[in-house]
Order: sequence, then C-alpha cells, then structure tokens
Amino acid sequence: MTELHKIRVEVNGALVERTVEPRRLLSDFLREDLGLTGTHVGCEQGICGACTILLNGRAARSCLIFAVQVDGAKVMTIEGLSNSGAVRHLQDLFSKHRALQCGYCTPGMIVVAYDLLQHLPSPTAQEIRDGMSAALCRCTGYVGIIEAVTEAARERVAAVDCATPVHMTSD
Amino acid sequence: MQNRPPKSWRDAVEHEINIPDQPILATDKVRYVGEALAVIVAESRYLAEDAAELIEVDLEPLPAVATVDMALATDAPKVHDDLKSNVVARLRIRKGDAAGILASGVRSIRHRFTNHRYLAMPIECRGVVSQYDSRSDSLTIWSSTQVVHWVRREVAVRLGLPESRVRCIAPDVGGGFGVKGHVYPEDVLIPYLARRLGRPVKWIEDRHEHLLNSTHARDDRHDVEVAFDDKGRILAIRDNFVKDSGAYTPVGIGAPSNTIAHLLGPYDIPHLEAAATVVVTNKTPNAPYRGSGRPEGVFVMERLMDLVARELGMDPVELRLRNMIPPERMPYSVGIPYRDGVPVVYDSGDFPAALHEAINALGGLEAIRAEQRAAWAEGRFLGLGVASFVEGTGAGPFEGATVRIDPSGEIFVATGACAQGQGHETIFAQVAADEWGVTPDQVTVSIADTGSIALGYGTIASRSAVNSSSAIRKASAVLRQKVFAIAGHLLECAIEDLELRDGRVSVKGVPTMSISLAEIAQAARPGWDHRRPPGMSGGLEVTEYFEPPTVTWAYATHAALVEIDRITGAPIIRKYVVVHDSGVLINPKLADGQVLGGVCQGIGGGLLEEVIYDQDGQLLTGSLMDYLVPTASDMPPIEVIHRETPSPLNELGVKGLGEGGAIAPPVAIANAVCDALRPAGYEIFATPIRRSEILKAIDKILG
Amino acid sequence: MKPAPFNYRAPDKLTEALDLLATYGSDAKVLAGGQSLVPAMNFRLNRFALLIDINRIRELEYIRIDGQVLRIGALTRHRDIEMSPLVREHAPLVAEAVRHVAHLPIRTRGTIGGSLSHADPAAESPAIVLALDGTLVLQSRTGARSVRATEFFQGMFSTALQPNELLVEIQLPVAQPGQRFAFEEVSRRRGDFAIVGVGAMVNLQHGRISQARFAACGVGTGPVRLRAAEQLLEQQVPTAALFARAAAAAAAAVDPQTDIHADAEYRRRLLAGLVERVGMRAAGLSEGAKRD
Repeated sequence: MTELHKIRVEVNGALVERTVEPRRLLSDFLREDLGLTGTHVGCEQGICGACTILLNGRAARSCLIFAVQVDGAKVMTIEGLSNSGAVRHLQDLFSKHRALQCGYCTPGMIVVAYDLLQHLPSPTAQEIRDGMSAALCRCTGYVGIIEAVTEAARERVAAVDCATPVHMTSD
Repeated sequence: MQNRPPKSWRDAVEHEINIPDQPILATDKVRYVGEALAVIVAESRYLAEDAAELIEVDLEPLPAVATVDMALATDAPKVHDDLKSNVVARLRIRKGDAAGILASGVRSIRHRFTNHRYLAMPIECRGVVSQYDSRSDSLTIWSSTQVVHWVRREVAVRLGLPESRVRCIAPDVGGGFGVKGHVYPEDVLIPYLARRLGRPVKWIEDRHEHLLNSTHARDDRHDVEVAFDDKGRILAIRDNFVKDSGAYTPVGIGAPSNTIAHLLGPYDIPHLEAAATVVVTNKTPNAPYRGSGRPEGVFVMERLMDLVARELGMDPVELRLRNMIPPERMPYSVGIPYRDGVPVVYDSGDFPAALHEAINALGGLEAIRAEQRAAWAEGRFLGLGVASFVEGTGAGPFEGATVRIDPSGEIFVATGACAQGQGHETIFAQVAADEWGVTPDQVTVSIADTGSIALGYGTIASRSAVNSSSAIRKASAVLRQKVFAIAGHLLECAIEDLELRDGRVSVKGVPTMSISLAEIAQAARPGWDHRRPPGMSGGLEVTEYFEPPTVTWAYATHAALVEIDRITGAPIIRKYVVVHDSGVLINPKLADGQVLGGVCQGIGGGLLEEVIYDQDGQLLTGSLMDYLVPTASDMPPIEVIHRETPSPLNELGVKGLGEGGAIAPPVAIANAVCDALRPAGYEIFATPIRRSEILKAIDKILG
Repeated sequence: MKPAPFNYRAPDKLTEALDLLATYGSDAKVLAGGQSLVPAMNFRLNRFALLIDINRIRELEYIRIDGQVLRIGALTRHRDIEMSPLVREHAPLVAEAVRHVAHLPIRTRGTIGGSLSHADPAAESPAIVLALDGTLVLQSRTGARSVRATEFFQGMFSTALQPNELLVEIQLPVAQPGQRFAFEEVSRRRGDFAIVGVGAMVNLQHGRISQARFAACGVGTGPVRLRAAEQLLEQQVPTAALFARAAAAAAAAVDPQTDIHADAEYRRRLLAGLVERVGMRAAGLSEGAKRD
C-alpha cells in the first residue's frame, strides 16, 4: 500500500483539502474527487488537449500532472473560467462560429485559446493556428475554432488600441 | 440482425457470406491483439488495472495471419477454425460484359490500388454504464453508441430479457463517425455485470483500448482493369478487391458492398464487373467509418480517371466531363443493385456543373494550367487534383418519430436518431417548427433514448437528416389531421378552411378566428370535460415510421491545388474546394460543419493517419504519438460551395451529408501530387501519400 | 491508462533530493516536467518504488549570465526559456529551437533538464546543447561534475547520468560577435517530435566561416554533431554550392533509424535539405525560415 498524501489546493478560487494516492492524476482528481467534469479526458498522454487546465495561471495538461503535485498551487478549470466570466466572450465566439460539434474538445480548446491570447496578445494568423494545434478536434476541421480565436484576438487588439481595459484577465 | 442485407439484395447479387460470431470475451482462442479475454470489476480504474496485471494468461502463440496475402495462402492458418477458410464473404456484381470488352482488343490499363487502414478516432472514447433494477428485473444502459435500439435488442437477446426491460440511452456522445455505429462486446458485458453484481457498473474506454479494440476501417486492395477508347470514353471496368476485415466483421459486408455500389461514381460507364473478397486476419475488426467503403472505391475510380487521361494526353478534367452523366439524363439508372436491394438510380443533380464550379473556384482551368507551367519553369511543383463522386445517403430501412403536443402547446419530438455533435436537436426542432408554425425553441427533441420511441435504427450512413426529418414530417401530418379536427370542432368550421400560423390554427383569411395549439391540446386531453369531436380518442400524440423507397444520391467534386515542398516532400495544399450537393439544406451552417469536419478527416487519412501492424499482428500505432490526427495547422484554406438540388424521394427534398466530406480528400490530394510531379511520371497507387516517395520523384526530375 | 502505485517525495531542497537519490538509486525516478515520463507511467511502461518530484526545488529554476556563460537551471520550463530576453540575446539558437518543442501547454511544464536527461533522439534540446558545445553539471550527494554535451549523450535514451546523480545546470557559451544561428526541423505535424531537426552556429569573420557547429536530432540514437559538414565549411567563403556540399557530406556521415514515421533514407534526405537551408540562413545567404 502506498502512502497517502494530504493536499491543499486552490481550485477555481476555493481552497479544497483532500487525501490522495500519489499516482492519482490531476484530471481524475478534478473529475471524480471534485466533480468538475468539464475537464475532459481524451488520451492520458498529453496529446489531445481535452484535459487542459490552468496551473498557476498557465495552460497545462491535467492528465500529465499528479494531484499530489498541485499541493499549494492554484488550479483553474473550465468551470472556474466560465463562472468568473473570463472566457465568456470566447465561448460566445465559439458558438457564433460553430467552433464545436460534439463539444468534447471544447473545454480544452477554450483553455488553450485563453492561454494563447494571454501569452500572445496580438497573435498572427500562423501563431493562432500553431497555438490552437495544442488540442485536437475531430468534428469541425478547426475552421470555426480558428475563426473564433481570430476574432477574439482582433477585438483584443482593437480594445488595447483604444486604451480600454482588456476583459480577459488571468485568475 | 441489423446487418443482414434484404432478400431483394440477396436475390440480385452473387454472394457467399459466412460471417463468424464475435464472442463477448475470447475463450479458447484470442484472434487479435486487444481482444478482451477477461473482465475485472473494481471500485476504481486504477485498482482494476492493478488487478489486470495480476492475471496470468496461459497463451500458446499461434502463427499470425497479419495480411490478406497470409490469409489467402493455401496453407494459411485459419483465424476461425469452424470456417472453411479465411474468406468470410464473396460478392460479385455485373453490369454488361466487362470481360468481353476487355478481351476485345480495345485500349486498356491495369493497376493495383491499396487503401490503407485508418480509423475514426473521436476525441471521446467509448463508454458504457449500466444500472440494474432488481425489483423490475430491468436494465438501464448509458452507452456512447450511435445505435441505441440495436444495443437494446442485442442486450435483450443475449441476456434473455424482453426488450421492454432494457433501456439504452446515448446522451451527449463525443463524436462517432461510424466507430460507435454497431454493438460492441462491452455494450453487452457491462449490463451483464451490472445485473450479476446488483450494482451500477461503469466502463470508460481509454485511448489505448480505443486504438486496440474499437474498430478500424478502410484497408482493401484492388486489382483493376479499365478499357477506354481514343476519345476518352471509359468503356468497362473490372475490379477484384480484397478487404482485410480483421478478426471479425461486426457490420457484415456493408463497406465492401458500398465500395462496389459507388465505384462507377458520376460517370456513364456501360460495363462493370466488381467482385469483393472479404478476408479475416489477426487484426482489430474492421467496420464502417465515415464513408464506409466509398473512399476506397472513389480512390480507385478517381485515380483511374487521371491515369487514363495521362494515357491519352488529355486533361483529367476534360476526361471526367466526357464521361459524366449529363443532367438531362437524371434520374439515371446505373444498372446495379444497392445494398437495400433496390436498383441504383441517381435521383437528381448536375454532376458536370459541380466539377465546373470547383475548377472555377480555383481560378479556372486555363489559369491553373498557366500557373502550373510557370511553377515548373521555376523548379516548383504545383498540381491540380480533382475527385468527383456520388454518395448513397439516407439509407433505410426506416426511422420513426413520435410527435406530441403538450398541454402547454409545446411540441415534443422523439426519434431514433442518435447525435454525436451533428446538430440533430437543432435540425429536428427546425423541421418540427416548420411543420407546426412555431419557433424551434418551442420544440423539445428527444433522441438516442429507447425510452422515448419504441423502434429506431440509429445514426449511421448519413441517414438521420433524411429519415428522422421525414418521419417527423409524416407524424406531424397525421397529427395535424387530429389537431385540425379539434380546431374545426371548436371554431365550428370545416377542416379545409383551416391553416397553421404562428402556433395557432386559424380560419384561412380570418386571422382573428383562431385557437392556439395549447388550447387544442387542452381540449384534446383525455378525461372529464374534454372538448374533442364525438368519437375521437384523447391526447395529441402520433408515432409514424418513415420507410424511404431507397437512398438519395448526394454528389460532390473536391478540387485541390497542391504545391510540393522540395525539401520535405510534403504536399502543401494551397487551396481546397468542395462543391457538394446534398439536396435541400435544413441548416446551411451545420451542413458546412459536416463537410469541413469530413474534409479534415479525409486529409488526415490521405496524409497522416495510418494504422500499422507488424508481420506478427502486433499493433505499432497504439498511441496518439504514433497515430497522427490532423491539427489546426494541418488544415488548408477550404471553400465549401453547396448546390441544392432537391431529392424527389422525400417531401423535404433532403439528402444525407454526414460522410461526404471524408470521401474524396485522399484521392483529390493524390491526384494533385501526381499532377504536380507529372514531369517525373509519378503516380500514386496506395494511400497514405508518402513524403519520402514524393522526394524520390523530385530527385528523378532534378536528376 | 493509470500508473502503477508508487511512493512520492517532493523535496524543496536540492540536498534532500540528492539524499533520496543516494538512498534509492535506480529504485527511484526523478520527476521534472513529466511530459514524457507521465505518459510512459500511464501506459505502465515503467515502474519504481519512489518518485522524486523535483518541481519544488526552486533553486534549480533560473536563467542567468555569468561572464561568458549562460547558466540555465535544469528545472527551467521550456516556456520560460522561450520568453527569456537573456536567452534571446545570448543564446538565440536556444530561443529559436525551443519554440519547436511540442505545444505551449507542454512547454509550460516541460523542463530543459528533463528533456536532456530523457535524451530522446528526436528531441530538440539535446541537439541544441550539442551544437553550442554546452556543458552539463551533474550533482550527487558527494559532489558535482561537469560533463561536456559531447560526452553526456550516450545513445538512445541514455546519458552519462549515474543513478545517484541529478542534472542541475546547463551551461552555454554566450553568443559572440560574428556568430550566426539557425534552427529548423521537419515534423509530421506542428508540435510533434522532429523527424529531423538541425541547429547551426556559423561564425563569419572577414567573409569566411571561421567556425561552424552543426548538430541534428532524429538521425541517430542520440543528438548527432555533423562534423563532416563543419570541416567542409570551416575557413571557406560561404556560398550556396558550399552548403550543398556540406549537406551531402552531413547526410553521408549519419546512420539514421527507420521507424513508422520515417525511414532512414528519408531522414538522410531531410538532413541534407535542412543542413543546406539552416546553413544558408545562418550565413545570411537566405532570408527567413520557411517552416514545414
């Protein structure tokens, strides 16, 4: 029997305390222990991106991190980003551009897009394409996804040019 | 069985079919790597995997049958000991006298073409959850399936329960594309365990299991001869192909019979002989995936078009136009039977117009050829690839719909379709809204639940927009008679004088004389103080089944402008155009999504995705590091142009469109690559398209 | 795809980690970014008694200039290297190459030390450190030793690291006037491991190449220095024809593997193309990079 570890982690702004086995993947911890099933699991090898979350403000694959590792850290899932309104506009743009069909990749896609726009405030078309390649979609052919993120980036640049506050802020 | 072709097909097609049963768990023989031979139930997946490591299996290695050639060898080990050989099906269809034409001394060429094995790969893997209720001896199954009614039937039969005690629901399935379109062993095993253990049991497939165990697709090899005359008229085609079915054939001869039925495409070709040999091997079972047999046949036909054009020194576009069925000959009888046993008749469309439109969207043939010559002069390699095809869609045998008007006046619709992101709820709400003069948000749609409608077929074969929509329309028409009868009774006027408008039934020309659907529904309620006409039964609910006469024929031309990267050999798609006609579009935005998603999968299949086995039948592509799904960076600029020629086969005029996008990209790109490398005489006979081979062709040109 | 059980320690001091390594040796596994290790664990391809998570050892996460040496702590994330002005200024080859490492959410976690210790023959970082003739500092409880990159990589997933040692620092010579750099790779898809990648440093003095350093990934059991190309280039006036010859020499000298993504011949062919392209760019004979 392996030793259990007690962890305290801030998830979506709230402190949670749980006891976990070291091997428990963060993706399973979020979904099963905390019931945050917005984080999806598609490959458990870091390729598909469906499980992407923000760890201390940066996008990361929750299937490649053990829950025990995030003791003391801040985790933001799609639920937290949604509820805080941080990705509301991106979600609207995804809807507008039909950037989802089955929706399974969408939480990861939104997190990847959010992180990309944080990282590169005015990305080029190529940077958007490369950046969004961090997650797989099997339904849409990515056309709507690229359109949605492109529009979000364009609006951001326009907003910054007008010296108005940018709405998408990190946690 | 859902699989079994109808008698009319069996009478019309030479065939021999010996489909082996697939066990729920392997017993005395394991036939492919990944086949389940034991099941562990634990309180977590972690523990179950720990336990799985403790199982000791006493396996005696048997010689592997890893390829069709190994399977067909005279001394081949048998994959299924109770069968005579590794051939599980043979089909042959003839039209005219292809053999006679080919032997008559006309010009002909012969080639071997190979379609490699690739697969659907939805981002959500499969999963089954089941709960048993001992009080009623009934099972509820939540399965990520495209065919809830088929799952219900299979579970009921295997577990010896009446179908009414089994309910299957497929809520919010994360992509399907065919791989979830049949019953898997787990669909039966998990409910069995839930009943046996008296506790809910959940199985969520992981990606490794998915790659090993969810069905693969494509994978056939064609030996083809084509006869033609000097004017470029294709006279006859003879195609003998072998399909590697893997260890079992869960969906029978569906894919190979599609390959045959779609081989001739949009062309008027008088003579055909096509024969399929379906072979079992020690590989994961092969079953339909988006296109199901069509991409394979279209690859063969559309490569042949370019090869014949090359023989004649003719532009491939011109050769296609010379052979295409002109619009004035529609509906066009092909002279072979479809899988439903009905003779193939292309119902409507204008094939040459789609081809012209695609070429024009790339700038027109003359401009493309001029640009190509200029590129060659600069040492660059630019090519045009075209692929035209037809697609039988909206296959029967039926789909049903229950339409109900609730006392609130809201419309409730249930149908047997199962969505995996196509937008079924949206389009069925649209169809029902149109039928009832309400807005789509006043319609509640229930799909993928055997508890909602007694019989259903499910979502496969680009069939739901055609069949479920038509069933909704049919049920609505029947229900409308009752609604009008009650309205006429309440408004004291003749039914012929009534019309539906804005959720109300009103007297034609007198909009003030009207009554809402809610009022009619309340009047129709069974019980005291109802206000139905005398003798009419209570309630406003009708279930009707739509049984299409046969398939509707969608068609398309895909065209790609491709430039080759001289250092990597990578084909860079500069622009990709799809001109697609799937009849009347219920929702153009959703239609775009279906086509674009299909094209992306087709590009993946042509350039990136490949299931690879070694000679011992070991899977070498068991992870997403090795099986490469296209990303956003792999998508070229795409233009989708819809034509909307109504189908005469259903009142809505719709044809199916779920699969079409995925059918042509491999061959459109292959044709473009070969066109770009014409100076080297490079021709592609197998997918996927390999950069290494392209580089060799470039070396040949550059010396 | 769930890992087998293991015990777990996450020391926040280097000395504690080295103590654990000294005690457990090859029964322990070091977890850095985990972007290669955890997938393998999820597939149950490896198992060990103890996982030593070094992610809390903040003293291993730094980028600083020390005279003529750029020092990068082994736990520095690829994403931080990518965004570091110091790296961009003093090790432009690293800055260019690191953008090819997988995707942003992988670079968030993945570390340079982890990548070098893992020594995947297709990975970018080993080739870059080799091209720059970097030095790696390996530390155990008994002390530290410096190993040149040329000695560190010892074949497929194999390095000079002993079971009780941890890679703690990467030392790279800072870029000198006249030195020009370029990196390019070909992968099946954006973000995949390279089929072949080539990094180059070309030092131009008075119109001649005074020094050339070329290294590649994907063409051997580890990163490969392309000495044949270097020898051909040094002391020559850079021309397109010269780089074509160097490319051919480089391709002739390697012995690439064949796998499901590419056969040896194709890798050799790619190597030649990339050596030429990268060399031309580094020498200022062509503009920009055309990415696959």
